[in-house]
Amino acid sequence: MQAAQHAGDAGHHADDSHGHGPTGIMRWITTTNHKDIGTMYLWFSFAMFLVGGAMSLVIRAELMSPGLQYVAPEFYNQMLTLHALIMVFGAIMPAFVGFANWMIPLMIGAPDMAFARMNNWSFWLLPPAAILLTTSLFVPGGAAGTGWTLYPPLSVQMGIGMDMAIFAVHILGMSSIMGSINIITTILNMRTPGMTLMKMPLFCWTWLVTAFLLIASMPILAGAVTMLLTDRHFGTSFFNAAGGGDPVLFQHIFWFFGHPEVYIIALPAFGVVSHVIPAFSRKHLFGYTSMVYAIAAIGLISFFVWAHHMYVTGIPLTGQLYFMYATMLIAIPTGVKVFNWVTTMWRGSLSFETPMLFALGFLVLFTIGGLTGLVLAMTAVDIQLQDTYYVVAHFHYVMVAGALFSAYAGLYYWLPKWTGHMYHEGLGKLHFWLSMIFFNIAFFPQHFLGLAGMPRRIPDYAQQFADFNMISSFGSFGFGFSQLLVLVVVFKAMKGGVKAEARPWDGARGLEWTVPSPAPHHTFEDPPKFDPAEAHG
Amino acid sequence: MARHSNNKGDTSRSPHGAAVLTLAGLLGVFSNAANAAWELNLQLPVTALARRVYDLHTLLTWVIFIIFVGVFAVVTWSIIFHRKSIGHKAADFHDNTAVEIAWTVVPTLILIAIAFPATSALVAMRDTSQSDLTIKATGYQWKWGYEYVTGDAAGVKFMSVLSTPREQIDNKAPKGEHYLLEVDHPLVVPVGKKVRMLLTATDVIHNWSVPAFAVKTDAVPGFLRDTWFRAEKEGTYRGQCSELCGKDHGFMPVVVEVVSAEKYAAWVAEQKKAMAANADDPAKVWKLDELLARGEKVYTTNCAACHQPTGAGLPPVFPALDGSKIVKGPKAAHLDIVMKGKPGTAMAPFGAQLSDTDIAAVVAYERNAWSNKLGELIQPAEVKALRGK
Repeated sequence: MQAAQHAGDAGHHADDSHGHGPTGIMRWITTTNHKDIGTMYLWFSFAMFLVGGAMSLVIRAELMSPGLQYVAPEFYNQMLTLHALIMVFGAIMPAFVGFANWMIPLMIGAPDMAFARMNNWSFWLLPPAAILLTTSLFVPGGAAGTGWTLYPPLSVQMGIGMDMAIFAVHILGMSSIMGSINIITTILNMRTPGMTLMKMPLFCWTWLVTAFLLIASMPILAGAVTMLLTDRHFGTSFFNAAGGGDPVLFQHIFWFFGHPEVYIIALPAFGVVSHVIPAFSRKHLFGYTSMVYAIAAIGLISFFVWAHHMYVTGIPLTGQLYFMYATMLIAIPTGVKVFNWVTTMWRGSLSFETPMLFALGFLVLFTIGGLTGLVLAMTAVDIQLQDTYYVVAHFHYVMVAGALFSAYAGLYYWLPKWTGHMYHEGLGKLHFWLSMIFFNIAFFPQHFLGLAGMPRRIPDYAQQFADFNMISSFGSFGFGFSQLLVLVVVFKAMKGGVKAEARPWDGARGLEWTVPSPAPHHTFEDPPKFDPAEAHG
Repeated sequence: MARHSNNKGDTSRSPHGAAVLTLAGLLGVFSNAANAAWELNLQLPVTALARRVYDLHTLLTWVIFIIFVGVFAVVTWSIIFHRKSIGHKAADFHDNTAVEIAWTVVPTLILIAIAFPATSALVAMRDTSQSDLTIKATGYQWKWGYEYVTGDAAGVKFMSVLSTPREQIDNKAPKGEHYLLEVDHPLVVPVGKKVRMLLTATDVIHNWSVPAFAVKTDAVPGFLRDTWFRAEKEGTYRGQCSELCGKDHGFMPVVVEVVSAEKYAAWVAEQKKAMAANADDPAKVWKLDELLARGEKVYTTNCAACHQPTGAGLPPVFPALDGSKIVKGPKAAHLDIVMKGKPGTAMAPFGAQLSDTDIAAVVAYERNAWSNKLGELIQPAEVKALRGK
């Protein structure tokens, strides 16, 4: 086995790296190692997750009871805008790029990412963007208070904070595009001999499709915000009717990016779950081929459904009908994926370590979010629910319970490989159950609020919404503080604990488990022999 | 009870009350669905269309509920009986073409089945033809303006502004029954008539929404959108702006009073009389104190949300008027910014919204209030002279 030559390095991660270049902070600034960069992405995303989470607690504190308590309405608007931008672009997307950096070379038997220096740059673009976004709170006029959708003409009214958000989006877009080029090139060119595309681990498939979605959609977002910038400062009228433009044009462009973005977040999450469920079911993934087709179909259809976010903007009836049918179509490949996961578990030999618990949590909650998405696809019903808390509940089931729970499943699953130690199982399970319970307390009642007609993005509300808001705020505080447990678990595993074997999970398949734990600084300098028994499907 | 729902109806009379109750019981969340404060479903519909939407939503909720239960029954079975801890050995299968075709085809058929009612409801929703009267609603930051375009009330127009006192919002006074869902002048429409709403806005995108009518349409500046409703029951129906429109997005409710034909006729007559009585003589020469009293009212309704009752504003987005260079400078520039607004900011052009007298009054008020004691008087004739320039 190739990895055997590195066996002596096992457990000496730090020593191993010292021989290769700068140490201390310069090691991290100049590193081109995919594992270091993956680690930085993951820490960055967790830091942003805490910042965005703190903002959501400001929101939920204000909404705990009717009346204005803690913040002014304009500051409330800034909080909800930054919460969304930071969570989407700062927390969830970098988290899965971190997984991609760490795991894709290990899964396909490559020594590193294809463009190692560009990889460094695509990470180091993120902190400036994060600084622009967070410090925009302190400039005159504060941050953008438009919601993450940045709809004009409201966004044209904003102060300099809006320009900072626009530049942050530009930088994040550059980073994503470079990361995607890297991932596509790595996956297509650097697989170990014998690993054909249809034998490739599913996580790589989800990232391959995601990377194409990113390359196709991020320039569109960059274009939209650039048009916004020139409308704001250079006298153009793209989105101003008085100059021959149309405010709704922005929404078309934004959602042409925005809907693929949903799957940019969801697909890698599907990938992680497709590794964890078979491992703890001790079975092969059911329907590997149909999974791949479903991923590709979801990626493709995601470009043709954008205006289902715009049913109330006055698009024509024929447009509403088309977008309704196209949106319903997405339910089919998504359903296939859920059925495949369920059947993977069927007649398996199941055990419920923390990664499996998070994967199951993902399965239940993502399915709820997907099913309410089907309700929202029906234009006539959506018109009742658009811009209400029903939508807020729906996308938090998809984004938090979908993407975040899947990221946690991946974290617990691969943590032994990264640190060389088993994490504390009791704390991991506690983290899962607290997250699961508080998440539902926070977000399930929001369905009822939306049905009863409570609009989203309001700092104060009528009295009949008071009780469910109180429950939701209680749940969100519980959820927020439970997340600090992850820090404890990760620090404990970094410091010590039971030594992890190369393959700590008896049902796990894949080349990443053939290298020692922790994975040495350099792996697969020579391509490993591909054993079909490690294949995913 | 202050927490009663918006509509006059009672949940127990709902045609779907039983279904809601069952669903709530099944979910095991709350047992008391009849309590309006714990409202679990859409507001009670008062138009035929809203009822279709309500029924469609009920149907869809059952469909997804059954799918969910079906899928997770299988998962639960696996979790209980296929555990490693009870010694279950994993089977070795990973493909089954027949099963995979089945679970692609069956969901497709379900989707096709629900596409029919979804399509017909939508087609009905967009048919704004043959309306009995047309009303134009204009969204402003942060209030609604209504203008009756056709019908008996043609020509009637007024602003509709939140009437909840500031003390209630700031928790300095107990909140009223319709906290944040009450306005000074509600829209009044006759029962049983097809009302076509034309929607537009002057500044940013707003959204005119009344859940009991299943109506929700964006008001886009520079464009007209339309929607319609035919309310079947008299009563007061309440909604809110449903598109983030800036600072006071949460404070611009929509209130519609549906009244009988007789009451509507009486209301129209009253409005026309009031409009005639209120029409200001444009040639009238005002005295300073009566003009300032008028100006304070106009200021409170139109300006205080941003520039604050104290004139201190919320700098830098909403500048202070107290001590402001423009306010204390030449009155021509002051009138100009009030009438034409400031592009690229939230400062709207009030020239089209306010009468000559109101503009003269509010500008005079600003130039005399707080520390701006200029002692200056502005006559409506001066405003009139500036119009069209």
